[in-house]
Amino acid sequence: MLRLPDFTYIRPRTLAEAAGVLQELGAEAMAVAGGTDVYPKMKRGQFTPRYLVSLSRVEEHRGIRREEARGLWIGAGETLTAVAGHATVRREFPALAAAAGLVSTLQLRNAGTIGGNLFVDTRCNYYDQSFFWRQAVGFCLKKDGDICLVAPKSRVCLAICSSDTAPVLSSLGAEAVLVSARGNRRVPLETLYRDDGIDYLAKRPDELLQGVWIPESSFGWRNVYLKLRRRGSFDFPVLGVAAALRLGAAGACEAVRIVLTAVASAPKVVEDAPRVLCGKPVDAAAIEEAAELAMRVSHPLDNADMDYWYRKRMTRVYVTRALRQLAEVGATTAGPDAAPV
Amino acid sequence: MSTSETITGKRLMRLRVNGEPHEVAGHVTHSLLEVLREEMALTGTKHGCELGECGTCTVLVDGEPVYSCLMLAVEAEGREITTVEGLALQGRPHPLQRAFSDLGAAQCGYCIPGILLAAKALLDKQPNPARADIEEALSGNLCRCTGYTKIIEAVEQAVREVQVQEGTRA
Repeated sequence: MLRLPDFTYIRPRTLAEAAGVLQELGAEAMAVAGGTDVYPKMKRGQFTPRYLVSLSRVEEHRGIRREEARGLWIGAGETLTAVAGHATVRREFPALAAAAGLVSTLQLRNAGTIGGNLFVDTRCNYYDQSFFWRQAVGFCLKKDGDICLVAPKSRVCLAICSSDTAPVLSSLGAEAVLVSARGNRRVPLETLYRDDGIDYLAKRPDELLQGVWIPESSFGWRNVYLKLRRRGSFDFPVLGVAAALRLGAAGACEAVRIVLTAVASAPKVVEDAPRVLCGKPVDAAAIEEAAELAMRVSHPLDNADMDYWYRKRMTRVYVTRALRQLAEVGATTAGPDAAPV
Repeated sequence: MSTSETITGKRLMRLRVNGEPHEVAGHVTHSLLEVLREEMALTGTKHGCELGECGTCTVLVDGEPVYSCLMLAVEAEGREITTVEGLALQGRPHPLQRAFSDLGAAQCGYCIPGILLAAKALLDKQPNPARADIEEALSGNLCRCTGYTKIIEAVEQAVREVQVQEGTRA
């Protein structure tokens, strides 16, 4: 039996209390909600907290509700199953319903939370292994070692952002509400990510995610999420494309956001996409140009399933498919395509 | 005043398993899987990868399938847990168990307790699932022997059997 190492379990009733405990105990404490990322990593010695601060008895990070003029609130403690199945999410933000519903498996989504998926640990073939494997191969920068085994000259860890929901919520302009003993703050979700496989979150360790707001202004945007992986379940993304598009009355593109996952340590915004897509109808030529730009900023490395060059090329294919779907441009027009995997 | 609860080492857990209340001394670091198998001798729940990557430890918690290797037993207190030992109805095999047996849907059998429970959770919610629904409901359970065809056929047979039974009763 693969057992958890010893720890002290602390169950606060409020987020402020949990944040206070985290601040007091410092680096030896770790917050846990659904536990589907934390427990496997503790069993493999990747996470080694002495104290686990459970959020299971906290109520204030639950609930999914629409508030007029404010948008849609999604509590960080809601399970991925609850998010994927919520009627408003499914109707207004099918990309989020899809992303949440494509995380791992049904059993995992019944326990794992949206907050956990947003802040899920970055992944790498050299890190997500048993203790014995890592010991035999040699430890890496991210845990217990001093060298990056993907790129030995790299001074930063290159583990990849593996969240399905983070690119979608970033593409929808979501804002995160963080709670700590020093007070609450509300920030654009995308500003919470850093392109560093170890220090991948721009938040203090004692800050807890209460939930996210999808702003009112994001209602009415067309949105989609496409995920590449080897198997239809279990697997993390080796590429994810979230696209959101607002079309004007005349069919011209007014605004667009494309965010990639699993191509860097943070979700990757395709900054140039609006330049080539906005202000005109979305046609095959504009889609091709945007997809090409997305592929150029997509830098997968040889540290996940499937060849890195294939994942890079598939960025163009998936962005093309996503935009065609949003703009209802037929697949018979010119542009790259590839057989589904 | 702090209302945090701090738990270390062993504690008396009150678990409701297969409709019956149990008091069991379990370690706070132990998963529901470990407590079911080692403290309660309910070894029908199997341990596979113990990392949430295979599905063989699936149990139902409040009717929903979860991986018992990834849930602490202390988090299962106060909730309704169903294991494969709780599937039989009045001493008779559940229609799913009968269909798996009749069709030879188990080969080595190790994944079957988890698959039976995942299938039960589906049937409880959706009495007449399409094949795609069955495939989706079982996609969190790996089977390395059968290739899944017989497993899916067995679930379909169980669906028909339940419908016949309910038709007779009505």
